[in-house]
Amino acid sequence: MKALRAVFAATTALCAATAANAADLEVTHWWTSGGEAAAVGEFAKAFNEKTDHNWVDGAIAGGGGTARPVMVSRIIGGDPMGATQFNHGRQTEELIEAGLMRDLTDIAEAEGWKDLINPPSLLDSCTVDGRVYCVPVNIHSWQWLWLSNAAFEKAGVAVPANWDEFVAAAPKLEAAGIVPLALGQQPWQNSGLFNVLLVTLAGPEALQKVYGAKDAEVAAGPEIARVFKAAEDARRMRKGSNVQDWNQATNMVITGKAGGQIMGDWAQGEFQVAGQVAGKDYTCLPGLGVNEVISTGGDAFYFPVNDDPDTQKAQDELASLMVSPEVQVAFNLKKGSLPIRGDVDLAAANDCMKKGLEILASGNILPDVNQLNTEDTNTQLSDLFVEFFNDESISAEDAQARFVDIIAQGD
Amino acid sequence: MADTDVLPNNTSTGLETSGPRGPRPRPMLSRRNIILYGTLIVIAVYYLLPLYVMIVTSLKGMPEIRLGNIFAPPVEVTFQPWVKAWAEACTGLNCDGLSRGFWNSVRITVPSVIISIAIASVNGYALANWRFKGSEIFFTILIFGSFIPYQVMIYPIVIVLRELGVYGSLTGLVIVHTIFGMPILTLLFRNYFVSVPEELFKAARVDGAGFWGIYLRIMLPMSLPIFVVAIILQITGIWNDFLFGVVYTKPDTYPMTVQLNNIVNSVQGVKEYNVNMAATIITGLVPLIVYFLSGKLFVRGIAAGAVKG
Amino acid sequence: MATSDRPFQPFRNLNAKIASIPMILTALVIFIGCTIWTIYYSFTKSKLLPKSNFVGFDQYERLWSTRRWLVSIENLVIYGSLSLIFSLIIGFLLAALLDQKIRFEDTFRTILLYPFALSFIVTGLVWQWILNPDFGVQSVVQGLGWESFSFNPLYDADIVIYGVLIAGLWQGTGLVMCLMLAGLRGIDEDIWKAARVDGIPMWKTYLYIVIPMMRPVFITTIVIITSGIVRVYDLVVAQTGGGPGIASEVPAKYVYDYMFQSQNLGQGFAASSMMLVTVAVIVIPWAYLEFGGKRRG
Repeated sequence: MKALRAVFAATTALCAATAANAADLEVTHWWTSGGEAAAVGEFAKAFNEKTDHNWVDGAIAGGGGTARPVMVSRIIGGDPMGATQFNHGRQTEELIEAGLMRDLTDIAEAEGWKDLINPPSLLDSCTVDGRVYCVPVNIHSWQWLWLSNAAFEKAGVAVPANWDEFVAAAPKLEAAGIVPLALGQQPWQNSGLFNVLLVTLAGPEALQKVYGAKDAEVAAGPEIARVFKAAEDARRMRKGSNVQDWNQATNMVITGKAGGQIMGDWAQGEFQVAGQVAGKDYTCLPGLGVNEVISTGGDAFYFPVNDDPDTQKAQDELASLMVSPEVQVAFNLKKGSLPIRGDVDLAAANDCMKKGLEILASGNILPDVNQLNTEDTNTQLSDLFVEFFNDESISAEDAQARFVDIIAQGD
Repeated sequence: MADTDVLPNNTSTGLETSGPRGPRPRPMLSRRNIILYGTLIVIAVYYLLPLYVMIVTSLKGMPEIRLGNIFAPPVEVTFQPWVKAWAEACTGLNCDGLSRGFWNSVRITVPSVIISIAIASVNGYALANWRFKGSEIFFTILIFGSFIPYQVMIYPIVIVLRELGVYGSLTGLVIVHTIFGMPILTLLFRNYFVSVPEELFKAARVDGAGFWGIYLRIMLPMSLPIFVVAIILQITGIWNDFLFGVVYTKPDTYPMTVQLNNIVNSVQGVKEYNVNMAATIITGLVPLIVYFLSGKLFVRGIAAGAVKG
Repeated sequence: MATSDRPFQPFRNLNAKIASIPMILTALVIFIGCTIWTIYYSFTKSKLLPKSNFVGFDQYERLWSTRRWLVSIENLVIYGSLSLIFSLIIGFLLAALLDQKIRFEDTFRTILLYPFALSFIVTGLVWQWILNPDFGVQSVVQGLGWESFSFNPLYDADIVIYGVLIAGLWQGTGLVMCLMLAGLRGIDEDIWKAARVDGIPMWKTYLYIVIPMMRPVFITTIVIITSGIVRVYDLVVAQTGGGPGIASEVPAKYVYDYMFQSQNLGQGFAASSMMLVTVAVIVIPWAYLEFGGKRRG
């Protein structure tokens, strides 16, 4: 039956190909920072050059929170775009259940995605009831500390090799008029910072127990207490970083106004656009130099159901193009993320990306927080962290007590 | 507050000299005038300050902005930020600035303004002159509706538009603007028509004019001032709308405000405050011009009865 | 009142009823329909899409035990009451000033009114920029030699809501001024004359005679201001993003964030239902008195 369907799909695809009309495929995403735009440009370039179709860019700035309601409205409003970015995981479950997203299983099987996508958890996140609904395009990890070599030189301290050294160097940085830790105001940056501290200082098991199993006892325990103490240090060190966006914070590191920033590997793209060289101008410490692990979250593209055969054809071609080796390399080099397949040549990658690839190869990986928590729990947590990182009157103990409450309620 | 002191002061002086009516000749430099105009000028400066900052910032280069003083006039005037905001700023892959959105905004605003005002004026007329059982209840619901946060309505309206088959089209967006403009416009028109002398209405009825006849031949010609108010309010509201524009249209038809949001929120490297400010002014230009040209009519229109209960 | 004393006659008003169809549809389908829809789903645990999996009052219990919601409500009360009071006072005083038969009235009026032509997004951005501690007022005053000067509302949790208020008033008082000015112009000149003849001081005339006569103007103005306050969202998003921390969060933002960011429609609907209930408690009795009951002449 399955084989029959595959054959049927192939013939219709073939027929469609012979009658191929160029389709305009509208692709929505929220990639609008310098590095992000350059990366998505690689997709568009490949799509326009290698197929007869035409990429219509539907960028929506302001992050997922602004873009997602637009995307969801359009899909349920019956006027869907050709393809759209989502963070995979639990965000799209309901749209898939409602039958609004195209089933990509045939392409996935024909091209053997199962064997080439590494780590397999990425494809699992796209799979619902054994059917594949999205194309993972990259691996992003959060656990990076980016340090400005110039800032430490100016303060007269050696560039730290781990979190504790960084905390110890903070007074000297301050004395030199440098903000030790850059942190933007957006809520997700605050929770991201905390979660990185949690994974690296308390370890991956603690992450699994707290977010995975929602174990309130562990959340109330001494390991997490230590994380909150570190967060208190971070709160002190971030004073003076009056910026909103993450890349403005990154820019503080690039220009040496701040000593460092804890941010995902996408920050790499900004250093690259600014023409900085890893190891020379800036230093990256995966796992904060404490615990070399990386999480494997990432972005994925979904293809809403569409009746128009030309559009369907274009969707198919874009899906397979996105996982193809050349496009993966070109895209991820620009984006600063890791490719979703292990069989591509990343000789062009810089030091930081190579570190990431090594960790990936060694298997020190953990699921992304998005894959463990619902967005709902994430929002409650980020409300807490945002408050904590901005209000010095909240003690680490109080914050932890509220943290335990949220974990106990989560599902 | 300085201005509260001004009023009693000037009355007492005014009373003593009060003779025949009409504008009294006043020496330009009287104490009263100095206080009055002084206060007004201070207030005017406060209100103009943000506009000044926007304009000045948009004419500076980034290095100059980084030096810090936002109130200082530009040392070197550059129009590059304006060019960039209009034609070059990028969102994702589209690097054509605001220019893309301008005509879209026009195409959205013109029909939305016309249709929403046509409907609301007839509604207001019916409510004022042809009240029927329950009409005031619907009106109360309408006013109540103006307190509902728009965000709550997004999903249900998506469903309504989908069922009507107009989701994603210009028609759909016009309907949405008509709906959300209705409460305040209906209130304005109703209050205006209530203030029209009853004799006129009665005379027309005696002459045998009906609902539409009276509306077209008597009410419409008389209500130019309130139409001006409504047009100004709607142009401003619809031109400045971001939420509906982004949710109920698609990239080809995105209005200018969506592009503005995209430019302002797409930080590529350093935040280019000068380009942001230029983009902001360009986007606000249409409603600003409308206000500068017709501010007088606006006040006159409101005074002509819009605020009478 | 053209029709107030005419008996109710269903057929003669047929045209009026037909003409009112758009209004009736909007009132019933959109406002009533969506409100019921929202309340209905606030008792479910809908996530991304509305679903009828009922959980009773769970969403409401959670709502009222969430610190961010409580902060939002507190902010709305502070912002709302101050904004209403100051808009009315400033708007009225400005109108009274402009009503002094001054020269260049048009110019002054245009200057006071133009901010209303700008969207809240723009207003928020400009004031964020002016209040920015590193570029704006604070650094300029410090640069003039007053080193210890500190005015940093946007990054100080205790006063951030006043930073938002400054911007909100700047944008909105022009319209209030216009409405008030229109009201003042509607006052019969004879009343002023009579007051002058009786020797009543001007401030007393304003307070005891003119303002009571302007009741309808005040009502229209209050409706316009209040509906803006309840919905305040764009301004906060553009100016502070709810920060620092959660110090400038407002209910409409809570609704939006929970509906879309955290994909918890149920929670967002519960929050918006609470907003609706609050509004209803205030608006319905007033609207009944104002429009529903017997009309005053």
